[in-house]
Amino acid sequence: MVPAMTAEAPPDFSGTDLVCLRGGRVVFAGLDFRISAGGALLLLGPNGSGKSSLLRLLAGLLRPYSGGLLWRGEPVAADVEGHARRTHYVGHHDAVKPVLSVAENLRFWAMLHDPAAAEGRVAAALARFGLADLAAIPGRILSAGQKRRTNLARLLAAPSPLWLLDEPTTALDARAIGMLEAVLAEHRAGGGMVVLSTHAGIDLPGATELRLDTFTPRGELAEMAL
Amino acid sequence: MTRFAEILRRDLRLALRQGSDSIMVVAFFVLGVVLFPFGIGPEPNILARVAPGVLWVTALFASMLSLDRLFQGDYEDGSLELLALTPTPLEVVVAAKAAAHWLTTGLPLLAAAPLLAVLLNLDPEGFTTLLLSMLVGTPVLSLIGAVGAALVLGARRGGVLLSLLTLPLTVPVLIFGVGAVDAALHGLEAGPQIAILGAMLAAALPLAPWAAAAALRQALE
Repeated sequence: MVPAMTAEAPPDFSGTDLVCLRGGRVVFAGLDFRISAGGALLLLGPNGSGKSSLLRLLAGLLRPYSGGLLWRGEPVAADVEGHARRTHYVGHHDAVKPVLSVAENLRFWAMLHDPAAAEGRVAAALARFGLADLAAIPGRILSAGQKRRTNLARLLAAPSPLWLLDEPTTALDARAIGMLEAVLAEHRAGGGMVVLSTHAGIDLPGATELRLDTFTPRGELAEMAL
Repeated sequence: MTRFAEILRRDLRLALRQGSDSIMVVAFFVLGVVLFPFGIGPEPNILARVAPGVLWVTALFASMLSLDRLFQGDYEDGSLELLALTPTPLEVVVAAKAAAHWLTTGLPLLAAAPLLAVLLNLDPEGFTTLLLSMLVGTPVLSLIGAVGAALVLGARRGGVLLSLLTLPLTVPVLIFGVGAVDAALHGLEAGPQIAILGAMLAAALPLAPWAAAAALRQALE
C-alpha cells in the first residue's frame, strides 16, 4: 500500500481543502486539485460557481480563507515573488493601453515579467498570434479579439511554466482559438501546466475536468462566515 | 531596479502621449494664482505678503487634480492586476508610479512657479527658497497622494473623497514650505525648514509606497 503511493510522482502544483470567501459568502469549500508537468486543469461550472475566484486565488490575487497551495511541496505563500515569476495570469481585462502600440504593450509586460526576455521573443510571440502586421498599431484602434490576442501573446513573450487562463477564448474567432490550442499543446509538450476556465469549446486533450459547482456549499454552510 | 525603470518609462510615455494631465495641472496652477489679485486687489505689498502661501496652497490643489488617475486607469483596464502579479514587490510598482506622477505634474509646477512669483510681486530674495522648498515638498505630495489614490480606488466620486483624505495630511508640508520662504524673505536662514521638508520626504519614501501597496492589495481582492 505505502510503496504504491510513494511510487507516484508528486504533483508540481496542488491545492488542498481550499475554501474561498467573497463578500461573506462561501464560494467553494473543500476543493482539492493537483496538476503535474504537462498537465491541464479545465474548470467548468455555471456563472458564479467560482471559476474566476479559483484562478485569482491560484495567481495570488486572492487569499484562500483556509487551505493551502503547494508548488513542488513548498507553500506558495512563502515565496510570493517566486510564484509570480513562474505564473502567467490572463484575466477578464486585456490590459492593453490605448496610446501604446501593440509591440510596446507586449514589450512592457515581457520586460516586467522577465527583464532578460529578448526582443526576438516579443516579435515571435506577436507573429504566433497573427499580430505581426499590427505591431505598430496603437491599442486604441484594436478590435476586442485583437486586444485579447495581444494579451495572450504575453504567455509566449516571457516564459513561465504555469498558465492561468480565465476564459481566454472570449472575443476570439475560430482561427484564433486554433492558434491558442496549438500554443497550449506546445506549452504542455514542453512540460508546462495550464489551468483554464471556459464556456466555449476549446480542445484541451487529456485535461482533468474540475466541476466547481460540486464544491458549492448549500444551506447553512454557505453562511458559515457570517 | 530594472522593473522600477521600466514602469517609470511606461508611465512617462503614457503621460507624454496623453499629454492632458500635465497641461491641465499647470493650467490650473496658473489660473488659480492669477485669480488672487482679482480677489484681494492689486496692492503690490499685500500680494507680496501672501505670495508664498498662495503659491503653495494652489500648488497643493493642482497636484490633487491628477491624483485620482494615478491608479484608476490601470485598475479599470486590468493592468493593475498584472502589475500586482509581476515578480517584484507591489511597493516598487507604487514608488515608480509616484515618481512618474511627480515628474509629470510636480516638476511642471516647479517650472511655472517663478513666473507666478513675479506676478504676485514676490521679493526675488525668496525665489531660490521657494523653488527649493517646492523641489523637496512636492514629491511628498505625490507620495501621500498615492496612498489616498490607492485607498479610494473603486469608490464612486473617488476624486472628491481623495482630496478630503489627502489634504489634511499635507498640512505639515504646507506649513514648512511656506515657512521656508517666509524665513528667506525676512533675511533668516531657511535651512531648518527645508531640512524638515527633507525629513518628511525621507519618511514618506518608504512609508507611503508600503501603505499604498497594502491598500491596492485590498482593492484587488
